[in-house]
Amino acid sequence: MSITADDISRAAIGARTAPSMRRSFTESRNLRSFLLTAFVWILAIIAAIPLFSVLYMLISQGGARLSLDLFTELPPAGFMQGGGFGNAIIGTLVMVGIGALIAIPVGVMGGVYLGAIAPDSKLSAGIRFVAKVLTGFPSILVGIFIFGLLVQAMGTFSALAGGVALAMGMLSTVMLTSEQAIRMVPQRMKDAATGIGCTSTQTVWKVVLPTALPGILTGVMLGIASAAGESAPLLFTALFSSFWLESLVEPTASLSILIYNFSGMPFPNQIQLAWSASLVLVLIVLVFNILSRLFGSRKV
Amino acid sequence: MAELKLSSLSEKSISRNPSGAEYASDRGFRGLALACGLAMMLLLLAILIIIGREAAPAISKYGLGFLTNAVWAPGRGEFGILAEIWGTLYSSILALIIAGFFGVSIAIFLTQDFLPPALAQVFRTIVEMLAAIPSVVYGLWGIFVVIPAIRPLANWLHEHFSFIPLFGTSFGGPGMAPAVIVLAIMVLPTVAAISQDAFRLIPYKVKEAAYGMGTTRWEAILKVMVPTAANGIFASLVLGFGRALGETMALAMIIGNANQISLSLFSPANTLASLLASTFPEAGQLEREALMFAALALLFITFIVNVAGTIIMSFAAKQQTT
Amino acid sequence: MSVNLSTPATTAAAVNPQYAISASIDKIFYGDFLAVRDAVIGVEKGKITGFIGPSGCGKSTVLRSLNRMNDLIPIFRLEGRVDFMGQDIYAKDIDPVSVRRHIGMVFQQPNPFSMSIFENVAFGLRLNRFKGNMHEQVERSLRRAGLWNEVKDKLKQNGLALSGGQQQRLCIARAIAIEPTVLLMDEPCSALDPIATRIVEELMLELKNDYSVAIVTHNMQQAQRVADITAFFSVDVSKGGRTGYLVEKGPTAEVFGNPREQLTREYVSGQFS
Repeated sequence: MSITADDISRAAIGARTAPSMRRSFTESRNLRSFLLTAFVWILAIIAAIPLFSVLYMLISQGGARLSLDLFTELPPAGFMQGGGFGNAIIGTLVMVGIGALIAIPVGVMGGVYLGAIAPDSKLSAGIRFVAKVLTGFPSILVGIFIFGLLVQAMGTFSALAGGVALAMGMLSTVMLTSEQAIRMVPQRMKDAATGIGCTSTQTVWKVVLPTALPGILTGVMLGIASAAGESAPLLFTALFSSFWLESLVEPTASLSILIYNFSGMPFPNQIQLAWSASLVLVLIVLVFNILSRLFGSRKV
Repeated sequence: MAELKLSSLSEKSISRNPSGAEYASDRGFRGLALACGLAMMLLLLAILIIIGREAAPAISKYGLGFLTNAVWAPGRGEFGILAEIWGTLYSSILALIIAGFFGVSIAIFLTQDFLPPALAQVFRTIVEMLAAIPSVVYGLWGIFVVIPAIRPLANWLHEHFSFIPLFGTSFGGPGMAPAVIVLAIMVLPTVAAISQDAFRLIPYKVKEAAYGMGTTRWEAILKVMVPTAANGIFASLVLGFGRALGETMALAMIIGNANQISLSLFSPANTLASLLASTFPEAGQLEREALMFAALALLFITFIVNVAGTIIMSFAAKQQTT
Repeated sequence: MSVNLSTPATTAAAVNPQYAISASIDKIFYGDFLAVRDAVIGVEKGKITGFIGPSGCGKSTVLRSLNRMNDLIPIFRLEGRVDFMGQDIYAKDIDPVSVRRHIGMVFQQPNPFSMSIFENVAFGLRLNRFKGNMHEQVERSLRRAGLWNEVKDKLKQNGLALSGGQQQRLCIARAIAIEPTVLLMDEPCSALDPIATRIVEELMLELKNDYSVAIVTHNMQQAQRVADITAFFSVDVSKGGRTGYLVEKGPTAEVFGNPREQLTREYVSGQFS
């Protein structure tokens, strides 16, 4: 250490002049802060525009056509006026229902395994990793997978295949959120149950699952919401139908495929129906989204 | 096992050993849970195997030339996906640039105390809602809102700057530009959500240290917070890229489905996923086989990107929390 | 900068040229909660001022209001004034960012940035657009923080890879690299083991040659070992709240050996904590 430097700093302590600490807008750091802040505000507002534009179009275009007929009538052929998409609503609900029936038990049980039975095992880490990778997987690949697995074997597109495809898409969401909810259950609660002589199954059933239920339901609702809006997997599994659903093993209509088909048609009636179907579809998705938020806010 | 059980010490005790049924159900339950967990692994494996199997005939027929051929002519039985690979990467990269810029900025905006908590929650909900809108609805919106909205600007750009390859062709409606805009909107929530998590993982003491050194808020953000969250932000971009690569329906509706390789934002193009969606329902046997090869290519690309993103994310979370 | 040991060059407004900071705080609120009242206190130049008192007595709150760190808490409000070199740092036109560049701070938890050891120390220098020899100043700061010999061969290593005690010395090096006028230390040893504590305490005694230091500690032995002046705070629970206030201050030997107040006597003799 140089002696002079040391001397200077020692002297400086008594000799410092009072610095100016006044706020000055022209000082570069303050000006830059102001500009950057204004900039992120603008970006955030721009990012909000699409949502409001979509909602505005759904209400103005889709709402204009809203009537009971939409829910009770079948899709019209080209050039025809009127019509509805009752069969597509039923198809969407049925296939989402089939998906949920498969994905919820398997997903929640898988979550139990990851979160409560073997949280730190290598196998669990592997399952968790695969689930995360699959969450970001293109849903169209799941559709092609089910096409290869079921549709070709059964020889027909079907609601069943569509439901299975939706289940595969929901599975990772349900499993990962269930695991998280289960992990949030405080260790002292599990210890209390174990300490009173519960088998690990009893601990899970009587203590862990009831406590984690709101969190699990959050994941389930999120999974259902995203499945209801899915379209790519259905294109390869359920395809579409202009008739009422009569069996689970025939091509089945869905709102999303109806929107896809009608959006490309040169007829105003079909375009209007596509907007109305979009409104109904978004409402269905929103209901489950809001449900998931309600359960989420009740989390312990 | 039975010998090891304790016998009741007193006649009055209510305690008893678990019954055989309890042991059996315990074992059964654990087994079932394990099976459900394994189902996840099996699913991935089955996807790889089935799609690989479906693609096998086309692989043996066309070989690797399939990836470097830009012609898709079912009539002549000639198939190649170079144009789709180009379209997939080009649209995803452009969308990621936009979504990354907006998404990271919004993550900063929502986590660095720019807003009172209630207002921040409103913005956060708006961004999450963007993710809730189904892909087909974005497609419909793209056709009837985005394309008309950008038409004047696109025409003007083409008129005055057609020497720039980006604006080299005239705007005909469906094409790369509207596809990129819609894709960016759809990827934005992913980037914003994962980046927000990365910022939230930064311990409060780091922020304190930065302010204690006399940084302004933006100096703290740009010089301390962003570098600290860098790995998480990177993961958000990679996973957002993965989303963009596989996005299907909206693109099938607005990208124009034209088999060509062009730098122009205004010309129609195609992606692997939208090729599959738009061609598959009406495809004949020969074309279907070729489409399965395209699906395998999409699987390969998205698998690698998603695995990379997931690894980076868990690495980032581990690093930040220690 | 003029180098003159005899005439302290503060402005005429300075309350007392002996003090780097002199604060007369009437009240500190968090929302409606009155956290501190009646604290008249100073940081003497070239000396170490220790703040002691039971937990909840507001000693950290007072320390953090000396460089406007409390501004990070939106509901914080201060009545009174804090003079630093003759300027009220709570005046409307004062930029809190500038205040913190002159009054450095070391925190309870070591908080190095997730960057290299070198960049941690250079952080403030870059922030202030330091024009001199960066490497020399970093080395000087690390030497003064007593860390140079341990890290000179691994300056590129991440600061978070160091041990807790080393991290805290790195934070001290980071704080003094920009030559602040005052150094505030908020229980700097509470997260450290006894050996690391010993090293940091020795370091503080060195630092007071160059800086005016204020340290909050819950450890009375530590206050006796390092502080020239001690301020004792207590907490008033009479009106249902928990309001801290200054009981007395004076030369450390007096506060511990012959305190004026009964409360202080009881505290320093360990009768309550």
